[in-house]
Amino acid sequence: MLVNQISVYLENRTGRVADFSRVLFEAGINIKTMSIADTAEYGILRAVTDNNDKAVSILKQNGFNASSTNLVGFEVQDKAGEMFKVLKILENASINISYLYSFTRETDKSAIILLKVSDNEKALTAMAENGVKVFGG
Amino acid sequence: MYYQERLECMAREEKRALQSERLISTVKLVYESVPAYRKKMDLAGVKPCDIKSISDIVKLPFTTKQDLRDGYPFGMFSADMEDIVRVHASSGTTGKLTVVGYTENDIKIWAECCARSLAGAGGTKKSLLHVAYGYGLFTGGLGLHYGGELLGLSVVPVSSGNTARQIQLLKDFKTDIICCTPSYAVFLADELEKAGVDPKELSLKSGLFGAEPWTEEMRKDIEKRLNLKAYDIYGLSEILGPGVAGECEKQSGCHIWDDHFYPEIVHEKTLKPLADGKAGELVFTTLTKEGIPLIRYRTRDITAITNEPCPCGRTSPRIKRIAGRSDDMLIIRGVNIFPSQIESVLMSADSRVAPHYHIITDRVNNLDILEIEVELNDGANFDEIKTVEEITKKLTVEIASAISVVPKVRLVSTGSIKRSEGKSVRVTDRRKS
Repeated sequence: MLVNQISVYLENRTGRVADFSRVLFEAGINIKTMSIADTAEYGILRAVTDNNDKAVSILKQNGFNASSTNLVGFEVQDKAGEMFKVLKILENASINISYLYSFTRETDKSAIILLKVSDNEKALTAMAENGVKVFGG
Repeated sequence: MYYQERLECMAREEKRALQSERLISTVKLVYESVPAYRKKMDLAGVKPCDIKSISDIVKLPFTTKQDLRDGYPFGMFSADMEDIVRVHASSGTTGKLTVVGYTENDIKIWAECCARSLAGAGGTKKSLLHVAYGYGLFTGGLGLHYGGELLGLSVVPVSSGNTARQIQLLKDFKTDIICCTPSYAVFLADELEKAGVDPKELSLKSGLFGAEPWTEEMRKDIEKRLNLKAYDIYGLSEILGPGVAGECEKQSGCHIWDDHFYPEIVHEKTLKPLADGKAGELVFTTLTKEGIPLIRYRTRDITAITNEPCPCGRTSPRIKRIAGRSDDMLIIRGVNIFPSQIESVLMSADSRVAPHYHIITDRVNNLDILEIEVELNDGANFDEIKTVEEITKKLTVEIASAISVVPKVRLVSTGSIKRSEGKSVRVTDRRKS
């Protein structure tokens, strides 16, 4: 199972990220997690929301270049060594990572790692073989 | 110093007679040998026999860059190809080049005009001339090269680029005259400074700078930093190349060599002739050219002409500094650029970008820079930095190969470039010229 994420191209301009979150707030969309990859001149914002399809269309209406991508997500325990465990499995399976971000859930002390990888199917299989739980989005 | 004193200082009346005689034969030549001109004149109801003196020039239709484009490549040539000994070209509006051809006599006259400009800037047989204009399809390098040789100077055909070597040659050869674009002159001054070379260690006495508009402030800056006298030289490939006009030792406007090129200033919209000193579009009629004579060619350069006598003794009218353009052509580091060239790249370069763009030109440390903002397409999908880098690089390379200047490309969101009446606002020129 894959996790859907939205990504938005942002020019480096004051207030641009705040604008992004305002647009989603006004549409009643909840951001579950987000991260920004930044360069000197622009950034790419990636986020998971409770309604990605609606988020993409509302962002487009508001002049953002938004689209969605599928990632793989894994659920591990919120403790030392878990990130290493996941990355080691991917390395052993020769799977490349473009980027990742993660968040923790206080309710069940779990951590979710979202990754853009070179081969989704292979990644899911490798994790299953090593007993890592797949996150369902 | 004069190169052709009799012609350069000819009495006005005598020159008018010469111009009249030359105009009559030029009009006859184009009417008989260029179908496009015959058609234009027939349409305007003018026959060669209606042209009896230079004042009849106003009866003739104008010629534009579009006419040259329509005739691409050799359609506007008057001479047969067997008599054409050289072809040059400059950038046109849609990537199509503007092509010009020269007969042996054209090359001779071109050299004479450049020799006049070089002599006006103090060149003598003893001078060493460093030509840092590009050699090739661009007229700058070869034009001054031939002029220099004709005047008897020792010509060093360095061409453009490799600034370290240029500095070395200027030092070792004790060069006294340099010619290049004014922006390259400033760049050279910067490089000298960086290399810790005092301009007084060089032997430069004068420089001829042209092929792009520049200002009096730049003149002062260049004169101080290169320790020379800076002269303006004007030209365009359609009419000749460099040497259509050049400054004398008084440095107060380029003398037009009007025994060969008859100038007019017209209102850029109504095309009505304007009085002496009034600013408008500069129009040239070639009086002696054989390869591609042009009648009332609209240069698109906005300037004024003065007929006030110059203390140097030359009787020709002088052009003031070029104040701008009546079309959207940009001159970046001496290279002609039309926004439409950039647009045509964007139309087909990558489906992820839209042909909405904004060109920003600026002068940083006296050097022209070109920045292009390009809108992303609505459907563009990318979540990775490397995708953005890849598109930016692709556009940079493709635009650079179309316009011969490397731009800085920046991707912006869909719809973020201001539209005026549905059209994108294309150019912001931040250079003060």
